[in-house]
Amino acid sequence: MQVALRYPYNSEVDYPVIRVNEKWDIPWQEGMTVSDVLAACEFTHQHVVVSVNGTAVPPDQHASWPVADGDRVQVIHIIGGG
Amino acid sequence: MASVEITKERIEKLKAGHKVLAEFRYEPPAVEKGYAGQSLYVNLSDNEIAAKPVDEMMKKTFVGGRGFDLWLLWNAVNGETKWDSPENEVVIAAGPIGGITQYPGTGKSIAVSISPLTGSVVDSNVGGYFGPLLKFAGFDAIEVQGLANEEVIVLIDGDEGLVQILEAPEESVNSHQLAEEMAAVFAQKPAEKRGISSVSAGVGADHTRMGCLNFSFYDTRREVARLKQAGRGGIGTVLRHKKVKALVVKYSGLKGDSNHPDDLETIQETGARMHREIYERDPIMFEMRKDGTNHLTKIMNDYDILPVHNFRYGAHPDAEKIYSPNFQKYFEYAGPDGCWYGCTMACAKFARGFTLRSGPYKGQTITVDGPEYETVAGIGANCGIWDADAVLEANFYCDTYGIDTISFGTSLAFAMECYEEGILNSEITGGLALNFGDGDAMLEILHQMGRGEGFGVVVGQGIRRMKQIFADYGADPQFLQDIGMEVKGLEYSEYVTKESLAQQAGYGLANKGPQHDEAWLIFMDAVNNQIPTFQDKAEALHYFPMWRTWFGLNGLCKLPWNDVEPADNRTRYSGMDAAKVPEHVQNYVQLFRSVTGRQDIESGDDLVRMSEIVYNFQRVFNLKMGYGTREHDAIPYRSAGPVTDLEYESRAERYDQQLIDLVGIVPSGMSTTEKRLALRRYREDQYNQLVDAVYERRGWNQDGIPTLATVRALGIDFPDVVEVIRAHTNGDE
Repeated sequence: MQVALRYPYNSEVDYPVIRVNEKWDIPWQEGMTVSDVLAACEFTHQHVVVSVNGTAVPPDQHASWPVADGDRVQVIHIIGGG
Repeated sequence: MASVEITKERIEKLKAGHKVLAEFRYEPPAVEKGYAGQSLYVNLSDNEIAAKPVDEMMKKTFVGGRGFDLWLLWNAVNGETKWDSPENEVVIAAGPIGGITQYPGTGKSIAVSISPLTGSVVDSNVGGYFGPLLKFAGFDAIEVQGLANEEVIVLIDGDEGLVQILEAPEESVNSHQLAEEMAAVFAQKPAEKRGISSVSAGVGADHTRMGCLNFSFYDTRREVARLKQAGRGGIGTVLRHKKVKALVVKYSGLKGDSNHPDDLETIQETGARMHREIYERDPIMFEMRKDGTNHLTKIMNDYDILPVHNFRYGAHPDAEKIYSPNFQKYFEYAGPDGCWYGCTMACAKFARGFTLRSGPYKGQTITVDGPEYETVAGIGANCGIWDADAVLEANFYCDTYGIDTISFGTSLAFAMECYEEGILNSEITGGLALNFGDGDAMLEILHQMGRGEGFGVVVGQGIRRMKQIFADYGADPQFLQDIGMEVKGLEYSEYVTKESLAQQAGYGLANKGPQHDEAWLIFMDAVNNQIPTFQDKAEALHYFPMWRTWFGLNGLCKLPWNDVEPADNRTRYSGMDAAKVPEHVQNYVQLFRSVTGRQDIESGDDLVRMSEIVYNFQRVFNLKMGYGTREHDAIPYRSAGPVTDLEYESRAERYDQQLIDLVGIVPSGMSTTEKRLALRRYREDQYNQLVDAVYERRGWNQDGIPTLATVRALGIDFPDVVEVIRAHTNGDE
């Protein structure tokens, strides 16, 4: 059985990246938005608090908020869990 | 209409068998500021019944609930006591806040005993009405000690001020029938059924070490005695070993101020604010009122945390077959549904109209509560059974047989892997092909536990004992240790922890064994990366286990704390502070002050201090029973990383990258086995470093023993506590 890899680890690469949660480097692409970052990380959880370079991004602006090469994105999942 | 009909003739037959073995009359005390002021002691060996005072030391030091349970059990047993020794007890208590009706989640009970699985003290929390009704009937806790000669019921009648030990030769043993029988027998009229709650197990508890307790609550709208489970640690096995069919409490006078709190107005104001928040926020957050805890199954699968095939993997393409919608067709929605009065979180789910396909009740259409996430993940995903109907059927049978769904699921997943690895064969299993995914084989194992025969009895011994048995078949003991998901003898609850070092320790260091109610840090650690350093993780592994312990001291459910959050929680607070949900913590400060009148309690830190006392006492209790040291906090390697090459290769890209980024190894040219072993050395070292950091933060020595300075600072340096510590530390300070 092969289960899809969920998220990559950060590493030294020679292409533009954005850093997510100070843990993962995601390839940056022209026109990328917060929603694209969440999709690239496979973050499907509906309840997240996102900030880009320390600035909070309201949920209704995820689809339009631009993310630039080298930005640091924090995605806090809100979940009570077990 | 109830699914279990009890005829008048049946009721008369049951009553006719009720020979009174012992009787105790008392004047029910008025509950004052959350306490009845006495506990109930029942000894089944000599039919002794007595009331014991609850003094100020107990209230100040142990608060209530789990604290009272531990103190009473500590004084009842010695270091040589086993789970089946006559002096072992089943102790049950609510807590001072338990039983109020103005705030959500205030009907919990906590049960404590020496566990058949771990050999040490275990605690398990549960909904249902028993704990609150016991308090209003006049007792803050009940201790049941001794071994009965014949099957008995213990009746606590708070309406009459009467406690009886009754012979019970005719009652059912299985809980779905027994709970209905108790309601029918002890209610003089139908309206009284809501004032009756029973604690029972079932025939599965007779034949396994993983017996659970069922706590009933009578649903007058649906005319059904419903069940909630104190699942962990085999306390149901202890109850059945004592030949107790049921503990029954009756109290008909429940009112909104039955707890006689110090300041009802503040409780009402605090509760009203919280109810509003739930109404507004739950529909746009976790929808606990709609889905219950099973909403987690999709989230865990999406984030590679859902246990699949004995925790080998964290996700599976078929997992959607056991997501919430697959169970909703059986749920009977008649409005939000809670297991205690006034709970607007209302996460209980009631399934009606489900027809069984197997077992002694095959063909019957039954009702059952659930399934909770742990049941779906443990019996479904972890055993590879992507069949919602099979999971719901197993849920029903586990409950009525009195078997913990978590230990059952995790133990069976282990046996299934052993079968697929060739350690077991059909000759050993009695002809059963225990492959992952076989729902019929799963149900047959469950029924064998109920009947006390076949390979089901072996699985029912739990993983620790299965490892010993399977080693005798020639299996590699190290492999069994690596894949056997238990710590301290208790089976893991249902989260994959390979990518969360903090949760590995959350499980490994948990006082009773790997249950998530102490710490649930996976997202904070592995996804949000909010606690990156050892010190951060150690702080989280101090605060959250202590804070979560506090719910069990007070008769509270944890869910309303952080399964809904104020709208501004994440803008007002950040990092670990936000995860504490400070506004809700302040609600609990208000509740505790307003119930007990203790004006010295001013902050969340004061609440955590209460837990530190009880938590450290429980750690020393483990020590007293021969455990409670570092070696007992060790985890199976599958909790930390891939045991097999197959597992490694399933996420090879991730692991290879970690070797580069974290270990400093270039994996190219290495075999999978070499890479796996290199990763293992790193991860095992990380775990040990974190354990060191947590011990230091908690004020324990490097063997995991609370120092004398720690117990002195907490005020629990009782002579026998100090004696236990000194005996394990050569008298060192």
